Amino acid sequence: MYVAVKGGERAIENAHAWLAEERRGDTEIAELSVAQIREQLSLAVHRVSAEGSLFDPDLAALAIKQARGDLIEAIFLIRAYRTTLPRFGFSKPVDTGVMTCDRRISASFKDLPGGQVLGPTFDYSHRLLDFKLAAEGEVPEAPSQEAEAGDVPHVTDFLNREGLIEEPPHGDTPPPDLTREPLEMPADRALRLQALTRADEGFALGLAYSTQRGYARNHAFVGELRIGSVPVEMEIPELGFAIEIGEVVLTECETVNQFKGSKAEPPQFTRGYGLVFGQSERKAISMALVDRALRWEELGEDNIGAPAQDAEFVLYHADNIQATGFLEHIKLPHYVDFQSELELVRKLRREAGTDQVQEAAE
Amino acid sequence: MSAYNFAYLDEQTKRMIRRAILKGLAIPGYQVPFASREMPMPYGWGTGGVQVSAAVLIPDDTFKVIDQGSDDTTNAVSIRTFFERTAGVETTTVTRDASVIQTRHRIPEERLHEGQILVYQVPIPEPLRFLEPRESETRKMHGLEEYGLMHVKLYEDISRHGHIATSYAYPVKVEGRYVMDPSPIPKFDNPKLGDMAAIQLFGAGREQRIYALPPYTQVVSLDFEDHPFEATKADHACSLCGSEDSYQDEVIIDDAGRRMFVCSDADYCKARQAAGHHGKDAA
Repeated sequence: MYVAVKGGERAIENAHAWLAEERRGDTEIAELSVAQIREQLSLAVHRVSAEGSLFDPDLAALAIKQARGDLIEAIFLIRAYRTTLPRFGFSKPVDTGVMTCDRRISASFKDLPGGQVLGPTFDYSHRLLDFKLAAEGEVPEAPSQEAEAGDVPHVTDFLNREGLIEEPPHGDTPPPDLTREPLEMPADRALRLQALTRADEGFALGLAYSTQRGYARNHAFVGELRIGSVPVEMEIPELGFAIEIGEVVLTECETVNQFKGSKAEPPQFTRGYGLVFGQSERKAISMALVDRALRWEELGEDNIGAPAQDAEFVLYHADNIQATGFLEHIKLPHYVDFQSELELVRKLRREAGTDQVQEAAE
Repeated sequence: MSAYNFAYLDEQTKRMIRRAILKGLAIPGYQVPFASREMPMPYGWGTGGVQVSAAVLIPDDTFKVIDQGSDDTTNAVSIRTFFERTAGVETTTVTRDASVIQTRHRIPEERLHEGQILVYQVPIPEPLRFLEPRESETRKMHGLEEYGLMHVKLYEDISRHGHIATSYAYPVKVEGRYVMDPSPIPKFDNPKLGDMAAIQLFGAGREQRIYALPPYTQVVSLDFEDHPFEATKADHACSLCGSEDSYQDEVIIDDAGRRMFVCSDADYCKARQAAGHHGKDAA
């Protein structure tokens, strides 16, 4: 005898309890602290900050712990928290020219003012498993020296002085806010960049890679990549001037791309731009390449129908919280609709079967 | 949960959503863009419906949630619990007692009455989406009332299958103007959309759209004169309450694949059984 399915509430509670137990794992093993995650899994923390659109390493570390290391789930936790926060106002645009750089490299010049600073990079490490880490030994202290004083100039500014690269866009129009207004097409560059900076790293990487392989190729040089912290300033109306309210870690990538020109207009390099919370250079470079590909129209290039040129395709599918939610929702019950399809297919098959019999009889 | 506002969302956000709802009610069937928020449940789980419910709920409301017609499916339980915790409103499973009903994939069997609000969770609000993937294009098509593509699709169904091969999320035309997606309700439910006494609100969170049907709106399922719309269902009576008019779920009951049919609307079925109706398998 069938009894209608009941007890969803208890099932959910029990599932949550089991999940909490699984998250903790074997209790014989010491529990991870949020501070350990923040300090030792810092690139994961940075990714969660970037795609969660909230720079708070402690909260990101907590989210990673709660999400059992599933970064998209952690990003989701941060987004859902972020959306409940009151908005007091806006910071002034940050100036990456005054960044305290941990890393600053240019692929287009051998040496330049401010120097090539490799910083903490995987770039030149051999990817061999370091079994010493399994023994949990302490690492020797890295050598250090005083940083050169003064601001680090942008590489593209050198090119710009000669007129070799397009002017960066200027304007006082406040950028649209993706988190407060619905995304609508056509999207201007500020809005596109806003969507890209919180876009899924893997999606941005795949799109950028596709441009390198010929789907809207734009010949990108990494003019400059810099990682470091910048001060955040905010105008306080009661004070009448801006004060520093904190610091954020940013990765900025400026690409120097293929030039265009005509008889009337001398050739000039063009720009792609990436700016991401935290140390996330894969993401920042990807962002710059995709940004450049999306600019085909204003630069008078052909639309070859490449995915990376299609703003609607890119922006509507770049958000991993939207994507994962909708993708995973198909595991929710759909039996009402399935029943409807079942009836239709049965009906169509019945009629198709009858037709065949009739044809045979004729 | 005192750290959160009544019904979770802050008042500014609710105000923004209410404006979208009012605009939707003023232009029935038109998809109003709104700045959907991240909710503490994933996109695809009903974030649009939850935001609409959060914006319309007041402390005196009685709230009901159904998924696939039932109050007891896990996601219905989860959303009901969410509003019990964040809004402290009373909840019910009795359709008639609810002032706000959030639903996924069904319209209750019982006729709704004036003063009730039915909130639908919508995955893809755009009825033309699978014919034209670009939002910039489909908005233009709605603006120009250019629905030829949809009729061609329905016609192609008929020429290929002999029938319109859409059994749920069957497109409707609202007040002779906008073609609208009724959310993935089975087409059996389509006739209930029109002339309904209750307010119908549709929320699509991920797609950032709200649309609405005010009470007693004319809603017509698209069809052709020689292929009129047909609201179909499994041709069986409910095994528990004997109803022949309600939408039935097919349930496989043993390894041999034997099956039985029961009402999808759990409250309707329970009320009928309480009133003394019995199906063939009733205890």
